[in-house]
Amino acid sequence: MIGANRNGRPYAKAASAVFAYACALCAFASIAILSLLLWQMLSYSWGWLDWQFLTSFDSQLSPRKAGVLAALVGSLYLIGLTTLLAVPIGVGAAIYLEEYAQRSPWRGLVQTNIANLAGVPSIVYGILGLGLFVRGMKMGAGVLAGALTLTLVILPIVILASQEALRAVPSTIRQASYALGATRWQTVWHQLLPAALPGIMTGVILALSRALGEAAPLVAIGAAGFVMFVPQGINDKFTALPLQIYNWTENANEEFRVHVAAAGIIVLLAMLICLNATAVFLRYRFGKRIRW
Amino acid sequence: MTALGEFVTMTELTSEPMPQRLMAPRLLPHSDMRTVDDLLERPQKVVATGVNFYYGALQALHDVSLSMPQNCVTALIGPSGCGKSTFLRCLNRMNDMIEGTRLEGQILLDEIDIYRPRTDVVELRKRVGIIFQKSNPFPKSIYDNVAYGPRVAGIGKRSELDEIVEESLQRSALWDEVSDRLNESALKLSGGQQQRLSIARALATNPDEQLMDEPASALDPKSTARIEDLIFELKDAYTIVIVTHNMQQAARVSDQTAFFYEGRLVEAGATTDLFTKPRQRQTEEYITGRFG
Repeated sequence: MIGANRNGRPYAKAASAVFAYACALCAFASIAILSLLLWQMLSYSWGWLDWQFLTSFDSQLSPRKAGVLAALVGSLYLIGLTTLLAVPIGVGAAIYLEEYAQRSPWRGLVQTNIANLAGVPSIVYGILGLGLFVRGMKMGAGVLAGALTLTLVILPIVILASQEALRAVPSTIRQASYALGATRWQTVWHQLLPAALPGIMTGVILALSRALGEAAPLVAIGAAGFVMFVPQGINDKFTALPLQIYNWTENANEEFRVHVAAAGIIVLLAMLICLNATAVFLRYRFGKRIRW
Repeated sequence: MTALGEFVTMTELTSEPMPQRLMAPRLLPHSDMRTVDDLLERPQKVVATGVNFYYGALQALHDVSLSMPQNCVTALIGPSGCGKSTFLRCLNRMNDMIEGTRLEGQILLDEIDIYRPRTDVVELRKRVGIIFQKSNPFPKSIYDNVAYGPRVAGIGKRSELDEIVEESLQRSALWDEVSDRLNESALKLSGGQQQRLSIARALATNPDEQLMDEPASALDPKSTARIEDLIFELKDAYTIVIVTHNMQQAARVSDQTAFFYEGRLVEAGATTDLFTKPRQRQTEEYITGRFG
C-alpha cells in the first residue's frame, strides 16, 4: 500500500496530525486574543467614540467633554516630521551601504551596528533624545525633539528595509545600466530607486506604524500628557495618542480610565490599520507591475 | 563493444553515415568574410598583450595576447569555464564591478591602455558596448530602454532622442515590430525581441566596439538566425567581439576565431584557417566535437 509505514513508526502519522493541529491552534489563539481585545475596546468605547470626541480637547474633570483632538493632531504632526527626517537619511544610508561602500571591516562594523540598533529598546532612544535634543540642543520637549527621537528609533528599520529592497533588484539591471555608460549615481537614480521603491515604501510605512505606537521615548523626553491646544510651530509642546491614552488610564475617574481610554485606543488602532493597509496596497500594486 | 556492452548508442541506432558532431563545422564562406590578408591589413582596434586575470587568488586568464582588427567579427570559443567570457568582460572593464578582481598586462583600445589609472570607465563603456547572454531590459517602456544610454550621456532633446531611438531600432531589425508600441513595457516583448532590444539599446550610445556574450544561446533557431544576420550587417560599422558556445555560429559569423582552453589562448587565426586547418591538436579536437 502506498504510504504504509514500513519502518516501524506507527505513530508517525498521528504525531504529524497532532503537530499540525497544535500549529493551527497557535495561529488561532493569536487571532482570538486580538479579536477579544478589539471586541472589549469597542464595547467599552460604545457611545463615547463620536464626532465630539474627535474634535474636542482633553478635559480635566468631565469625561463627556474630553476629546482626542490635541493627541490626534500631535501624532499626525509627529509622524509627518519623522517621515521627513527618517526617509532621506535612511534611504541615503542604505544606498551608501549597498551601492557605494567597498567591502571592508569598517562597512561590516557599521552594518552589524545597524542590525543591533534595530533591537535596542525604544526607552533607551528616549533617554538619548532627552540628553541630546531636549537638553543638549535646548529644543525643549517640542514636536521637533519628539520627531528626532522617533527618527532614532525607526532609522535602523528604515535602513535595513531599504537595503533589502535594493538588494532585491537583479544585478543584471545594474550591469546593463553601467554597460550603457551610466554613472553610479545615474544607475541609482534611474534604475535602482524606482525598482526598489515599493519595497522601501513598505518598510518605511511599517516603521512609521511602530513610531506611531511608541509612548516610552516620548515619556522619556518629557512630552506633555495634558494639552489643550494644537501644536503650531515645530518647537511647540505636544501630546501624542499613546501618551494621551496612557494618561487617561492613570485617571482615578473610572469613566476616563475605561471608556475614554478605550475610545482613544480605537482611534490609534484605526490609524495603524490605515498605515498597514497602505503598505499592503503598495506592495500589491507595484509588486505586480514589476516582475523580473 | 564497450565495457557498458548492452548500451546501444544513438549513432548505432540511426543509420546516418557519420554523426554531425564528429566533423568540423562546415564553412560557408560568404563574400563578406575577411581573408587572412584583410585581417592583417586592417588597423587593430583592440590589442591585448600578456593579460593575466585573477578572481581573488584564482587565476582565470594566463598570459592572453590577442588583437582584434577593426570592422571584423572576432569569435571567442572554448568549453565552459575556459575564460572566454572573462576575457570579453576585460575589454570594457565590466569585471571591475566584481570585488577582488585584478588584471595584469595591457589592453589597448585605439592604442590607448584602458587600464591606465586615469581611464574614465564610464566613457570607456560608452565606446565599448556589451550585450549579455540573458536579455535584461529595464522595467520601462521600449522607448525609454533605447533612450537610456543617450539620456545618461546628457541628450535631452525629444526630437534628437526620437531619431536615435528609431535609428537604433532600425539597425537592430526591431523597428517594424515595435514602431507602433514604443510606449509599451519592454518586458512584454518575446525573448528574441528582448535580445534585439538589448542590441538596439547598446547601439544607441553609438559605440565603436560591440561585445556580445553568447547573445543567442537562450534563443530559438529563428531568433538566432536574425541575430546572426544582424551581426553581419553591423560589422561594417563596428568592431565586434562575440563569445559563443556554438561552433557553427562562430564559423558562420566571424572573421577571426580565438580558441580558449583552461584560461589560456590556445590558438587564434582567420576563421577560414582555424576551422579548416587548425594548428593545435586541442583546437582540432574541440572543433570536431571530441571534447568540450
